[in-house]
Amino acid sequence: MKEIVVISGKGGTGKTSITGCFAALAENAILADCDVDAADLHMLLAPEIISRTDFISGHEAVIREDDCTGCGICRKNCKFDAIDLTSEGKCRVNPFSCEGCMVCVEVCPEKAIDFPPNLCGEWYFSHTRFGPMVHARLGIAQENSGKLVSTVRREAAAKAEELKKDLLIVDGPPGIGCPVIASITGASLLVVVTEPTISGKHDMKRVLQLAKHFSVPALVIVNKWDINPEMTAEIEKESLLGGAHPIGRIPYDRAFTVAQINGRTLVEETTGAVVENIITIWEKVCRKLK
Amino acid sequence: MRIAVASGKGGTGKTTVAVAIAMAATEPVMYADCDVEEPNGSIFLKPEVYEIKKVLVDVPVIDEEKCTSCGKCARFCQFNALVSLGTPPLVFPELCHSCGGCAIVCPADAISWKGNSIGEISLGKADGGRVSVVQGKLDVGGVLAPPVIRQVKSHIPHDGLSVIDCPPGTSCPVIESIGEADYVLLVTEPTPFGLHDLKLAVETVRELGMPFAVVINRFDEGDLGVEDYCGEENILIMVKIPHRRAMAETYSRGGTLLDGIPEMREIFKDIPRIIERGIEEK
Repeated sequence: MKEIVVISGKGGTGKTSITGCFAALAENAILADCDVDAADLHMLLAPEIISRTDFISGHEAVIREDDCTGCGICRKNCKFDAIDLTSEGKCRVNPFSCEGCMVCVEVCPEKAIDFPPNLCGEWYFSHTRFGPMVHARLGIAQENSGKLVSTVRREAAAKAEELKKDLLIVDGPPGIGCPVIASITGASLLVVVTEPTISGKHDMKRVLQLAKHFSVPALVIVNKWDINPEMTAEIEKESLLGGAHPIGRIPYDRAFTVAQINGRTLVEETTGAVVENIITIWEKVCRKLK
Repeated sequence: MRIAVASGKGGTGKTTVAVAIAMAATEPVMYADCDVEEPNGSIFLKPEVYEIKKVLVDVPVIDEEKCTSCGKCARFCQFNALVSLGTPPLVFPELCHSCGGCAIVCPADAISWKGNSIGEISLGKADGGRVSVVQGKLDVGGVLAPPVIRQVKSHIPHDGLSVIDCPPGTSCPVIESIGEADYVLLVTEPTPFGLHDLKLAVETVRELGMPFAVVINRFDEGDLGVEDYCGEENILIMVKIPHRRAMAETYSRGGTLLDGIPEMREIFKDIPRIIERGIEEK
């Protein structure tokens, strides 16, 4: 099975709209949304959820107030300033700051700190009109989004095997940090969607360095290229220098927004040159995979 | 007053809004770029950088003479940063959260610490010195954004006006960035994706109990879903920014919103005062 991951560095360049088009054009593919922080692909693909699974990862420290003597040893040892003193002189863990390292549990002389597993979110297996899909929702203000991304990819790969799918198409997260790294390691091919702005160029360069670091081949698409044709040319030159082939330009087109409002992919929404262009880009992606 | 500019969805215009507030103000202001995976504020503010510092986090060093290969450290580590197979442990520094736990449980006192660089902080001045700029940048291949964000935050003064440019999303880097702000502006766009991610962002700031308002970017380009939602939820819409192709072009060259749509300057100048009044009334 081959795996394509669509990423961007900078957010809002059109990753999900383009992933949606790829999903519509692909044959015998399974889909995965790894942008677990702000998952949007389901809004184009309207998945019908077949099964839900809790995502439990890491632990969270919880102090039993009745057993706490307020000695403050936990506070002193917490490297994340995650333990506050209550007005009653007891220690209390701030769950937003706690990283689940277990140091407080270890050092508490009263053994007054519990360490239950943390329910961080949920992942789903679904059907869409373009094939099966694995997606997830990270709980609000939760950690471990990288691990949830890994779970989504692993489950999608397992389903691909089971359902004899030969392609996995992944909508990746923005940025270059832990969720992105979890999305791209070991993938067959990255498709980097960028825009012709200084920020777009800056962020694409960082993402291509990351691709190189993890030895994943990458292709580049410049979306809304006609906003700044000179910058588009610069980005394409820059992508070659970064070891990635520019494979297409997509002009600014409000049809993307209209399609999104109608809950459809662009290739379902309209016809003509804009769609032909996307099909050509998709064919290039497929050729590169072979 | 510290205003955090955040959004669920990426690319909605967080940096555009944060830069516009900093540039429209007439008083001294601190611009803190906490979007350390992709810091872009400096592209528009063009600060003169006077200092660059490495962000070092402590990672364990094993003294193999003292180590008895008992494996306690590796079993304790919640982040799999230490692996021991009946040998002195191997350290994976990029996974280490620097919690100090391994050294606490080591019975042989075999663990000490060294600084591992995961990113850098740059300090600069823009707009003739009026705008102080602190930017964090995570190294490529670096995993943990929060320690870099904490370093950026340590430069934010308690007094005066500060604008914090946050990363997108709703998970740990965002929480770290908006943590000690007085007010949050959530930037969105009037599309189904924008609305969906705005709802997540609203849940997040409500969970944190922070006062907030919404900024709608390119408000005339999509549908009315975001405005209807804000109405139903009784959320203040601080400002609506029109879509102008000229603005997109100006932005692409590193121009600010105030360059692209000059008539927005007065509105952005007022935002800190409107927020201040709002907070005082509560």
